[in-house]
Amino acid sequence: MSSNGKLIIDGREIDIQGEKNLLEIIRRAGINLPTFCYHSELSIYGACRLCLVETDKMGLVAACSTPPQEGMVIRTNTLRTRRLRKMVIELLLANHERECTTCSRSGRCKLQLLAHQLGVKEVRFGKRDKKVPLDLTSPSIVRDPNKCILCGDCVRMCKEVQGLGIWDFAHRGSKTVVTTAFDKELSDVACVNCGQCVSVCPTGALTVKSEIDKVWNAIHDPDKIVVAQIAPAVRVALGEEFGLNAGEDVTGKIVAGLKLIGVGRVFDTLFTADMTTIEEANELLVRLEKNENLPIFTSCCPAWVKYCEQFHADLLPNVSSCRSPQQMFGSVVKKYYAKKLNKRPEDVFVLSIMPCVAKKFEAQRPEFTTGGVPDVDAVLTTVEIAQMFKEASIDFTALPNKAFDNPLGVGSGAALIFGASGGVMESVVRYVSGLTGGDEVGRIDFLPVRGMEGIKKAYVKAGGKILKLAVVNGLANTEKLISMLKSGEASFDAIEVMSCPGGCVGGGGQPEVNDTVARTRRAGEIYEMDRVQQLHKPQDNYFVVKAFEEWFGGVNNHETHHALHTTYVPRRRINGKPFIMNDSQSQRLQVSVCLGTGCYLRGAYDVIKEFNDLAENRGIAGQIEINGTFCLEKCDNGVSVNVNDEIITGVSPENAGEIFINKISPLVDKNLR
Amino acid sequence: MERKFERLQEIIESHQGKVAHLIAILQEVQEEYRYLPEEVLTYIATAMKVSPATVYGVATFYAQFSLIPKGKYVIRVCDGTACHVRGSEPIHFALRENLGLTGGESTTGDMQFTVETVSCLGACGLAPVVVINGDEVHGQTTPESIVGAIKRIVSLEKQGESKSPSETGCCQNA
Ligand code: SF4
Ligand code: SF4
Ligand code: FES
Repeated sequence: MSSNGKLIIDGREIDIQGEKNLLEIIRRAGINLPTFCYHSELSIYGACRLCLVETDKMGLVAACSTPPQEGMVIRTNTLRTRRLRKMVIELLLANHERECTTCSRSGRCKLQLLAHQLGVKEVRFGKRDKKVPLDLTSPSIVRDPNKCILCGDCVRMCKEVQGLGIWDFAHRGSKTVVTTAFDKELSDVACVNCGQCVSVCPTGALTVKSEIDKVWNAIHDPDKIVVAQIAPAVRVALGEEFGLNAGEDVTGKIVAGLKLIGVGRVFDTLFTADMTTIEEANELLVRLEKNENLPIFTSCCPAWVKYCEQFHADLLPNVSSCRSPQQMFGSVVKKYYAKKLNKRPEDVFVLSIMPCVAKKFEAQRPEFTTGGVPDVDAVLTTVEIAQMFKEASIDFTALPNKAFDNPLGVGSGAALIFGASGGVMESVVRYVSGLTGGDEVGRIDFLPVRGMEGIKKAYVKAGGKILKLAVVNGLANTEKLISMLKSGEASFDAIEVMSCPGGCVGGGGQPEVNDTVARTRRAGEIYEMDRVQQLHKPQDNYFVVKAFEEWFGGVNNHETHHALHTTYVPRRRINGKPFIMNDSQSQRLQVSVCLGTGCYLRGAYDVIKEFNDLAENRGIAGQIEINGTFCLEKCDNGVSVNVNDEIITGVSPENAGEIFINKISPLVDKNLR
Repeated sequence: MERKFERLQEIIESHQGKVAHLIAILQEVQEEYRYLPEEVLTYIATAMKVSPATVYGVATFYAQFSLIPKGKYVIRVCDGTACHVRGSEPIHFALRENLGLTGGESTTGDMQFTVETVSCLGACGLAPVVVINGDEVHGQTTPESIVGAIKRIVSLEKQGESKSPSETGCCQNA
């Protein structure tokens, strides 16, 4: 069907070049057909009907879901197609809250843009009559259901790329909504805050939770000094907000802009990215020596960390205990740099500028505080910081280039590449090779881990051993890799995980369009910048080496573990109530067996059966109440059972009988007495 | 000892956990529990390796599924065209009034009765039709006749001679 051939588009003959649908060919032919529900990286849904074209044989068709055929005659611009497109927009607007001027998507909303572009001058249909409340519970994302046009883009993104399926259609007909499971608040479901759904939402229905006002307040507070850090992926994307091409390096302009709006010190996250590599690589070397907790998983991506806490708590010991570069930065500023400034931690306001929406969640984790105040006070995305520049009326493209402040403003090329998928792994390889190979090791460009591919595998020789490495991006890919790991189909020594496609360059806080083309350009520039960087390996960063000596008296020791490492907690996927399995209201011994994902997979159901049978056999069924409950948050260690508010972990179908006899049954006797 | 979870697991297993069978599974599970509690839907999602939002989407798409507990007697008033023309509305109204249902309520406070409307039960010759618990069909009903039927159920319940509902398991407070 899509065999190469020719077809006619608006009177012009065009080659078919293996495209799977008409839309791609039409766009290649220079006609930018509007769409809401088409994304080249997602499956085809064909619901918005904006891409309608007229064909000679089939009449009106949706270009996105029609395969090209040799000889087809297509007209994109007819009275009918224009009228229909306008009507689609009108119908959508009729059911959409039209408070455009105050919408945070204003100016970049696709609905607004297309209404203008297609010449919609009035909306002939009724107005939306009821307003439903916004969901403000997530630290990263705001959901405004009043603005949803049901395109399903978020649904497919979260399902297909992240494998999570947080969003789906619910109800039917005119009552259809896109919502979470049981219409729960976003903070009550398994959303990992990656922001990919926000990236594809064409309207203001899903937006990033803004922290801009908080940052302005800190800047204007005379008692505070604002200390900023800039993540690698920001500097190759921010220009897009000001009309520059994806992948243009605007590092110097961002520094200049930040100084102009009143940020006290502008530092580089690369500094602590180098620290991360050094700590993590040493952690890996120790684990290899002891042969424990392998493979090591990277811990820089907070969306991945939350995912692991929710779905693979048994792997948490494998996750590197290193804090992410953002949190290492916050920690060293509040614990050490603040002293240099003669300031208390609360008077130094750490501002993070990230390509990432999940970093907002990470910054609010209770573990990351110093003297009771958060290590990172606010996280702004690339788009948000551009917004601040706009609010300050800064002519961004005309800004001169300024250099980072010292000492936390220096980073190696190995830190720079953290911004692209594979970068953390390559950085570790550079460090370890430098460590074992000594000075004669030149530049190490570790190409097999680079690129946009979802799962990459590589081997590297280190200290006479061959290490097996894997690099994944996207959580659906991660899940695939983990199941290969768990089934024994594959084994690795180290795995880098980034939740966003292509790594941080494709983060949920990056400018639109955030597609493979833009991501590839941004990553390309990062590697280009790395190529000309003198400091190649983390250990080439003299300032970092010195900081380790000065602050911690070395690497991977007690001191660094206090300031630069962290711990993880198993989390439930959904906040459910306990599930009552029998109808007793009496004062019987309460036994609840966890049926969360982890426990379910380890045979929770068989444990319940075993308990029930034993209770009956021993004639104590009347004194005991066995319930299923949804996740006791002790997922790392076999099935968890709650007996009179005490949690027994490590139960399995095999030892259930023993546990019942030794730990549960005696309590019944005690109860009876 | 009653073991509802065992049934749930059996149902899922009898369909080999196939996602294509989700609707059938939900149907059977609802027969078992009389409604689809949140925890049960979450369990099904976990067992079938689909997201809870997807299961919720399917469960809310079909009118036959209920996410809130229903009464012991579920009364369905057909509101298809034929029944509508022959006066299903006054019947529905009389039922609700008699049972004291107000506003958006569809189940009585004592969990005895649920009243809902359905579009066409396919028994148009008997219009207007009311079906109680899926098997007790009342044809050519009037407001008076249906209120009479309810009164009979209430008095049987009082004497403790009610026939048990066709679904096993029954509602939570039975
Ligand atoms: S932020 Fe990420 S995990 Fe959360 S709903 Fe959106 S795509 Fe899914
Ligand atoms: S929330 Fe946005 S992306 Fe999702 S269906 Fe609604 S408009 Fe589309
Ligand atoms: S893009 Fe073709 S129907 Fe939406």
